[in-house]
Amino acid sequence: MTIDAMDAVFRALADASRRELLDRLRAENGQTLSDLCARLAKSGPSMTRQAVSKHLAILEAANLVATIRRGREKLHYLNPVPIHDIGERWISKFERGRLQALNDMKKALEKSDE
Amino acid sequence: MSKPSFVYVTYIRTTPEALWAALTDPQTIGKFWFGMTAESDFRPGSPWRLKFLDGRVADTGEILEADPPRRLVIRWRNEFRPELKAEGYSRCTMQIELAAYYPDFGGKAVKLTIEHALDGEGGSKFIEAVSGGWPKVVSNLKSLLETGDIAFTE
Repeated sequence: MTIDAMDAVFRALADASRRELLDRLRAENGQTLSDLCARLAKSGPSMTRQAVSKHLAILEAANLVATIRRGREKLHYLNPVPIHDIGERWISKFERGRLQALNDMKKALEKSDE
Repeated sequence: MSKPSFVYVTYIRTTPEALWAALTDPQTIGKFWFGMTAESDFRPGSPWRLKFLDGRVADTGEILEADPPRRLVIRWRNEFRPELKAEGYSRCTMQIELAAYYPDFGGKAVKLTIEHALDGEGGSKFIEAVSGGWPKVVSNLKSLLETGDIAFTE
């Protein structure tokens, strides 16, 4: 991953609204802009349609969101590949197993629903 | 066609031809696919199998479309885990395009888009298996083509 590409990922992740959008896609992949706006209107931070659209464009430019067209609809998917690439840069493959064990223990203790 | 459960995108500093070759050459697949390799002649209608290095069959299917070096569609079912096999066939589409993305690549990279959709409804085991597998396979493929080495070994 190039420095430019990595900068784009960190800048995109530095905003709470954009992380919220990634969480929404994690909960349900393949949503349209309208789906996301409708669900945010029901619960979550208030964002205008233009703001959601702008945030999605930034996430897509950072390759954290992938889009495909189905007929007239544009579907948005959470794309974890750049985060894997970044993880690989700083987490050696030998530490991975131990970190996973720690993470599993933390989740079990906190009874997190993630 | 059902909506894909997942869409993965990666940008790789390579050519469409080299990426196609990596996705269809059994020896290269063995390097980035965690001890698995695919057997097929990658022509429409041909059988396709993903096998462990010890010869056990993990997945089977059929090549639905092959348009080198742009588009490969595989019909795909797990044969190894009964609960996954029970969820039936899925469809994996790999799309290769030239893309201007990284300025320091001289403006050129190849965009690989992988869509994976289950033919039927539901598919919680399928979702778990795909989301656990593809991002690592894709990271490895990118790393292999750009640096000649893989990132993940398990």
